[in-house]
Amino acid sequence: MREFARIGGSSHREPDLSEVVAQVAGGDQDAFATLYDSIAGPVFGLVLRVLRDPAQSEEVAQEVMVEVWRHAARFRPEQGSVMAWVMTMAHRRAVDRVRSEQAATERDRRSARREHTPAYDQVSEEVTVRLESEQVRRCLQSLTELQKQAVTLAYYHGYTYREVAASLSAPLGTVKTRLRDGLIRLRDCMGVNA
Amino acid sequence: MNEEHLHAPSGAYALDALPDDERDEFERHLRDCPACAQEVRELSATAARLGSAVASAPPAALKEQVLSRISTVRQLPPTFLPGVSAPQPTSGRMGRLPRLVLAACVAAATAFGGVAVWQHQEAWQAEEQAQRAEQRAADMARVLVAPDARTVTASGKGGAKATVVVSREENSAVFLASGLPELPSGKTYQLWFADGGKMRPAGLTRTDGGLVMEGDVDGASGVGVTVEPAGGSPQPTSTPLMLMTLPA
Repeated sequence: MREFARIGGSSHREPDLSEVVAQVAGGDQDAFATLYDSIAGPVFGLVLRVLRDPAQSEEVAQEVMVEVWRHAARFRPEQGSVMAWVMTMAHRRAVDRVRSEQAATERDRRSARREHTPAYDQVSEEVTVRLESEQVRRCLQSLTELQKQAVTLAYYHGYTYREVAASLSAPLGTVKTRLRDGLIRLRDCMGVNA
Repeated sequence: MNEEHLHAPSGAYALDALPDDERDEFERHLRDCPACAQEVRELSATAARLGSAVASAPPAALKEQVLSRISTVRQLPPTFLPGVSAPQPTSGRMGRLPRLVLAACVAAATAFGGVAVWQHQEAWQAEEQAQRAEQRAADMARVLVAPDARTVTASGKGGAKATVVVSREENSAVFLASGLPELPSGKTYQLWFADGGKMRPAGLTRTDGGLVMEGDVDGASGVGVTVEPAGGSPQPTSTPLMLMTLPA
């Protein structure tokens, strides 16, 4: 029932994360440890989802964390939440890794197919994470099949829209448009504002 | 070009699903389109929620590794926004520079440094952008203040204006443009030096502003501007929009 209070809220997840980031910006390593506890699960989970390989994901997650430390003074609350900032960096890093590997060699299909079962963090944020997923799941279900597949392939698999188009046998322009209107529908469903 | 078409890549951009060339192009567009930038922020925040939904606890050892690593990593100072802090005529020396130079420096900073549209772009690129913008502004200023600098101007369709400042001594030329019509995606303006009857590529631009033309001026007798496919062409493939004869 507690779920009701949460749906539609957008600032619920991080009452004072931006204050923590402000402390981190001042070189406070204890504050960074606090921040780490809040963002490590989402960052690692996302990177793992894109890369699939746990060892590589650990490496990339570590790079992301160090970037957060380095750039803390440049975080601007008026441009969005801490979590959006961090996750954007995490996704970009994960995708960069995918693309650079693709450029070097054909992607490792074996590891790409390896299934990973997420082990949800057993600590305090478990409830939040689970509810967040429920909302995301519900909102994903509200998309058309093409929107859902396109968004999922692009975000969770790190595909370019061209790769998405090839894998769905859909025209490039259509995929570009579906990625946009799919995300817009998700935004409205989740009540995201930035 | 219609609005819808311009906005179209925002979803793919927020999902990091644009190939490099299209991403660069869209980021240039974002600098001039606050509405698109806002949409990108919202869609990125939406994507971030998809990310948080697959949270998974990292190995416990990662925390120690990260904490020990950051203790040796220097933090960056607060943002330096190259587009905002473009050269200002505060000192006497700056104040005496010709207005054209100041205009060109500001144009260089805004055209190439840009104001970062949103967080991560800024986080990743601000330093490089600032350095590049500074370098370009310095290169440009060297041509503009050269004692032998000469200027030619031309007009194109729809109020487009271009000025070329050339210094034979520096063997370099600066191209300044305003009112250039917006290009469809996949197209670029290409600059050319005319050597006798031959055209040699001298750089690409998509927007108003200033840039140092690529290559030496040498014996070039003129400068031309054409529209070419993104990435440019080895030889012009369309009729020049503007042609200017360089002073000897």
